[in-house]
Amino acid sequence: MAEDIKVIVFKLGTEEYGIEVDKVQTIERMMPITRVPKTYSFIKGVINLRGVVIPVIDLRGRFGIAEAEHTDQTRIIIVNVNEMEVGFIVDSANDVIDLNRDSIDTPPEVVGGIKAKYLDGVAKIGEDRLLIMLNLSEVLNKSEIVQLESLEG
Amino acid sequence: MDMNQYLSMFIDESNDHLQSLNENMMGLEANPVDLGIVQVIFRSAHTLKGMAATMGFEDLASLTHQMENVLDLVRNNKLRMQDFIFDTLFKSLDALEAMVQDITAGGEGKADVSHIVASLQAIVRGEIPSAAGAAAEVTAAAAPAASSSPGTLDEFQYSVLEQSIQEGHRVLYIDVAIRKDCQLKAVRAYMVFDLLERSGEVVKSFPSVQDIEQEKFDHGFSLYYITAKEASEMESMIMNVSEIEKATAVMLDSETLRQMSQAPAAAAAEAPVKEAPGEVQAPAAPAPQAKGDAAKPAPARAAANAPSRTIRVDIERLDVLMNLFSELLIDRVRLEQLASEVQNGDLTETVEHMGRVSSDLQNIVMKLRMVPVDTVFNRFPRMVRDLAKSLDKKIDLVITGAETELDRTVIDEIGDPLVHLLRNAVDHGVENGQERVASGKPETGTVHLRAFHSGNHVFIEIEDDGAGINPQKIRQSAVKKGILSQEEAARYSDDEAIQLLFAPGFSTAEVISDVSGRGVGLDVVKSKIASLGGNVVVYSTLGKGTNFSVQLPLTLSIIAAMLIRLGSEKYAIPLSSIVETGIIKKAQIRQVHGTRMIEFRGSHIPLLSLSKFFAVADFDESTEDETEIVVVRKGDRLVALAVQDFIGQNEIVIKNLGKYLPEVQGISGATILGDGQVALIIDPNAFIK
Repeated sequence: MAEDIKVIVFKLGTEEYGIEVDKVQTIERMMPITRVPKTYSFIKGVINLRGVVIPVIDLRGRFGIAEAEHTDQTRIIIVNVNEMEVGFIVDSANDVIDLNRDSIDTPPEVVGGIKAKYLDGVAKIGEDRLLIMLNLSEVLNKSEIVQLESLEG
Repeated sequence: MDMNQYLSMFIDESNDHLQSLNENMMGLEANPVDLGIVQVIFRSAHTLKGMAATMGFEDLASLTHQMENVLDLVRNNKLRMQDFIFDTLFKSLDALEAMVQDITAGGEGKADVSHIVASLQAIVRGEIPSAAGAAAEVTAAAAPAASSSPGTLDEFQYSVLEQSIQEGHRVLYIDVAIRKDCQLKAVRAYMVFDLLERSGEVVKSFPSVQDIEQEKFDHGFSLYYITAKEASEMESMIMNVSEIEKATAVMLDSETLRQMSQAPAAAAAEAPVKEAPGEVQAPAAPAPQAKGDAAKPAPARAAANAPSRTIRVDIERLDVLMNLFSELLIDRVRLEQLASEVQNGDLTETVEHMGRVSSDLQNIVMKLRMVPVDTVFNRFPRMVRDLAKSLDKKIDLVITGAETELDRTVIDEIGDPLVHLLRNAVDHGVENGQERVASGKPETGTVHLRAFHSGNHVFIEIEDDGAGINPQKIRQSAVKKGILSQEEAARYSDDEAIQLLFAPGFSTAEVISDVSGRGVGLDVVKSKIASLGGNVVVYSTLGKGTNFSVQLPLTLSIIAAMLIRLGSEKYAIPLSSIVETGIIKKAQIRQVHGTRMIEFRGSHIPLLSLSKFFAVADFDESTEDETEIVVVRKGDRLVALAVQDFIGQNEIVIKNLGKYLPEVQGISGATILGDGQVALIIDPNAFIK
């Protein structure tokens, strides 16, 4: 048996995603975001998180899903990966679950329109709930952004 | 030169070195064959010696020098560490510590170390104290050699004798000589002692009683004796013992006692060290004794020139302090805002007071991080000298303003760029001797290194009186290297052309020497300085010389800025780059070659729309009849930025945008406003090419 990990579950549209809990610093409600001009469209700007300026990404935009209106369910998940602090705007985040590493399968090529390289795997939880585990280093990979921009442009 | 300012640094560093010496000696004692530790100890001792000699503390330097001699033998495997060597070295350390303490207290660090020096020298000569009591008899070698010389007393014995004198007893110093042909001198000595014990008390004898009993003495001994009897009476009593050649008894008063107890230390230094038997504690005594005396005049001196006491703090802690202070500053601005809304007199007063206190606090926090540029400059004279030598040039380096202070982080980074610029000045700037003489200049070239304050900046200038830069050559070179096209080159003014030196991939050195011109060009210098928030420009007059002027921000973390509004967004512009603010009418804007220009103080400067540049959605100044403008400067070029509103001037704390965000054009960072919102800081340099 492999080890159990704790996973933060959040939603983008109808899909459920997971991030390992030790990569997550805090989860915040929506707060005023200062726009940063002349940068990628999915970077919504910067926020003041208790004195630290942190850039915020709209995950929908990052994955090329149509952006949605912010509701009172909208959350900013602050993650810390490779000493980078970044906030992810997600539709909602309201669950923490235990997951066994064994139950994570290699992802199919495309899940919910997201390229496989952004994913660590897919875990089946419960009857018909699928949890998509994010590969944060890839999501935050900057050289990837440049390619992405050129595709979008 | 006034050494006072260096004194506290010297004390700090000496203490550090002593500490590490102590620790490493312990380590070595635990593992005496580890020559690596010896190396470390040697280096520390060497540094200490150098510092002490520079500061003029001769005793400190000479003692460390002797230690070094011993350690040198050890590290070269010529001497094996042994217990008595350790002991001597530790004693030396103690003496050093005492001296440094004396210096800290305002003294001159003088102490009588001759006995330790003597034993260290003995070790170097390979003399080992008699094997019997080796461990104990560390300093034995330095003990009184001849029985005729008065022995030394430890503090306790001294005070006993002193007290006896004060209580009216007689203290005698008795010298006894036994006939040379005596067979059983120990017995005779015993008889003398026995006799003496009957009518008084022997406080101390030289050699010690044990040594005498074991016949470890020549033909005489001496002792301090307390009795009620007369000196002459004692003499005759001792002479009654058979085979005693001579006995002299001298009565001591407290003054002679003091002199006698101190004298031998000096005598011992010159005394031949061959006489191994001696008294262990004896030589140790004079040191504290002498110190006790020195202590009396010391306090007076201490009051006069006690050096400022310093502690050294990890720079990270200062950073934390700075961060915490920044938070406080943000809250202060917020409070000020609230107070002005609430309009409560008491609250306003309190907030104002807090504002003043936090300004003071800010000054102190900033000062904590300030270091004089001298810490970077001090290595340059030597570097320039060596460099000039290797290039066969004669160059004077004149340093001014070395006391100018800069933020520690800037100091740490500025060294390399300055080295580069200085090397340039020496190598490319100043011509060689013949050329200089031919063009009517003095043979010796001069390079000025200046640091000075100006506004919120510190300038460091490196100016040589060399050949200067030929702008034409620069143009040609730039075209050849494909940095400029022929047409562009022709358009560049001389001044602009010279700045091409900083362009990437540009190096004009016709002959590549090993000093500079290796392709690591001035562009690296420029980008380094830019990364510190500074700027570098070059001025040059052909035939007269070249001046590289480096502009550096005083601090990297808190600046004064003008807050402006663009629609719903707020931005901060560093006050240091603002020339003027104003309002212009639409009619004043002219179109020149497709760029909008305005007239400003007799010349035309471009007008740039910030809202267009940043693509602000909810503001467009072209709909207004009147536009607020901020005129910013980079070097001597100006540009006007059109904004919607001025909010006001504020102290802002610079924060970076986080690692994730790529470099954003026109934005140098962010700050947090009083309302908790983030405002971006505009980088005016981005608008001026």
